[in-house]
Amino acid sequence: MKANDVMPLPLLSVQGLSKNYAGRVALQDASFDLWPGEVLAVVGESGSGKTTLLNTVAARLQPDGGQVLYDTRDAGLQDVHAMSQARRRLLARTDWGFVHQHAADGLRMEVSAGANVGERLMGLGQRNYGRLRATAEQWLERVEIDVARIDDAPRTFSGGMRQRLQIARNLVTQPRLVFMDEPTSGLDVSVQARLLDMLRQLNQQMGLAVIIVTHDLAVARLLAHRMVVMYRGCIVETGLTDQVLDDPQHAYTQLLVSSVLPT
Amino acid sequence: MSTLLLSMKGVSKRFTLHHQNGAQIPVLDQVNLDVRTGECVVLDGPSGQGKSTLLKLIYANYRLSGGEITITPPQGEPVDVGSAAPRALLQLRRETIGYVSQFLRVIPRVPALDIVAEPLTEGPAGSAMTLEAARETARTWLQRLSIPERLWSLPPATFSGGEQQRINIARTLIKPRPLLLLDEPTASLDGKNADVVITLIHEARSRGAAVIGIFHDTAIGRAVATRHVDVSQFRKNA
Repeated sequence: MKANDVMPLPLLSVQGLSKNYAGRVALQDASFDLWPGEVLAVVGESGSGKTTLLNTVAARLQPDGGQVLYDTRDAGLQDVHAMSQARRRLLARTDWGFVHQHAADGLRMEVSAGANVGERLMGLGQRNYGRLRATAEQWLERVEIDVARIDDAPRTFSGGMRQRLQIARNLVTQPRLVFMDEPTSGLDVSVQARLLDMLRQLNQQMGLAVIIVTHDLAVARLLAHRMVVMYRGCIVETGLTDQVLDDPQHAYTQLLVSSVLPT
Repeated sequence: MSTLLLSMKGVSKRFTLHHQNGAQIPVLDQVNLDVRTGECVVLDGPSGQGKSTLLKLIYANYRLSGGEITITPPQGEPVDVGSAAPRALLQLRRETIGYVSQFLRVIPRVPALDIVAEPLTEGPAGSAMTLEAARETARTWLQRLSIPERLWSLPPATFSGGEQQRINIARTLIKPRPLLLLDEPTASLDGKNADVVITLIHEARSRGAAVIGIFHDTAIGRAVATRHVDVSQFRKNA
């Protein structure tokens, strides 16, 4: 076995990332690598900096220090914050996806489900209506939305359907990395289980890498290969998900894990 | 020809409880253990002596407090479990170590058949099977472990303890990995199913796998062991 087979380049390398809001430290010296197909959960209490980390890595926020390197398809590892805005937007709309906690932030609520799914493809220049509609139908099926609803606007959808539509809208360009901010938190438990199962299948089938922010340790346990724990703007612990949950080392992680109610 | 698969040198494990005034709970100390292909090492000793902890350290579920664990896959380079990158540990679990834990922990809603088939569909292209081929193999495992066919399409959450345990065994043994860690795999099984597990362990050994197991029932332990290791010897200084 050659070393290259085991350790190709990371898809994403986050190095010493920091972010302040009006002089207050929101994120301090965060570093991690992510490889193709890996699911990384970011956990911590509210205000710990997990959403700031996600938004800064996804280039939705400019960092005050550090850099984010991404293995672009055409030019290899690139500093995403140093790219031209046009290039960064193209990356965000093709090779990346972003699933918001509130579907209304990630969908166009007044246009049809089919148009929501087709929008990214149209942005890439696809104009053939029949082909766009066929692709939208395939994706609705894949995320278990009745194809008969293709012309309905997502404001008529349930919470779980909206979240699945948001996922289809992001995955239609076959991205390699998807960011998710609490994607299951507003959903009923049964709807949540269905979404988790679907996310896991998509991760496996598409070799998708995912960074998922969640306050729910059970979601992290089921979905994530690896975990980072954030506390007061810092990553205080990292490891395989079951290592962090079953043998937490840091005082804050021990508190977090022991505070979960038994089921 | 047997080869060295697992080597533990001076391994120790203690837990530090930060919220109990930093209390230290020592569990294992000075574990020295080599395991070779084709062996079945049965861990003995009263409960609370660290038998499960030993398996969890090998699986990298628990982190080492001291010492070294080296695993050498038959066709690969040695992996230092304590310092390996997460990615290397995931590969080790996928390709080399099968672990049957005491409880089945799986995603809700996934049918038993797919839970058993899943390990065969994981891995780099070329080594992974298609889902349909993996299901075909999974059916033979479910049959061997006497899971009634009417349950195959149901998620195991509602199954009995013994049925869940058999799903767990099938899911781990379906992929012929070189090192098997079995934590009380027969605890909730009746005699007939326990006999099936004994046969499966013999089969794994004869294909060259090494097995390390904990068995509450000493008769089963005796039936599968090529060697017994008393874990209480690793507590002298712990």
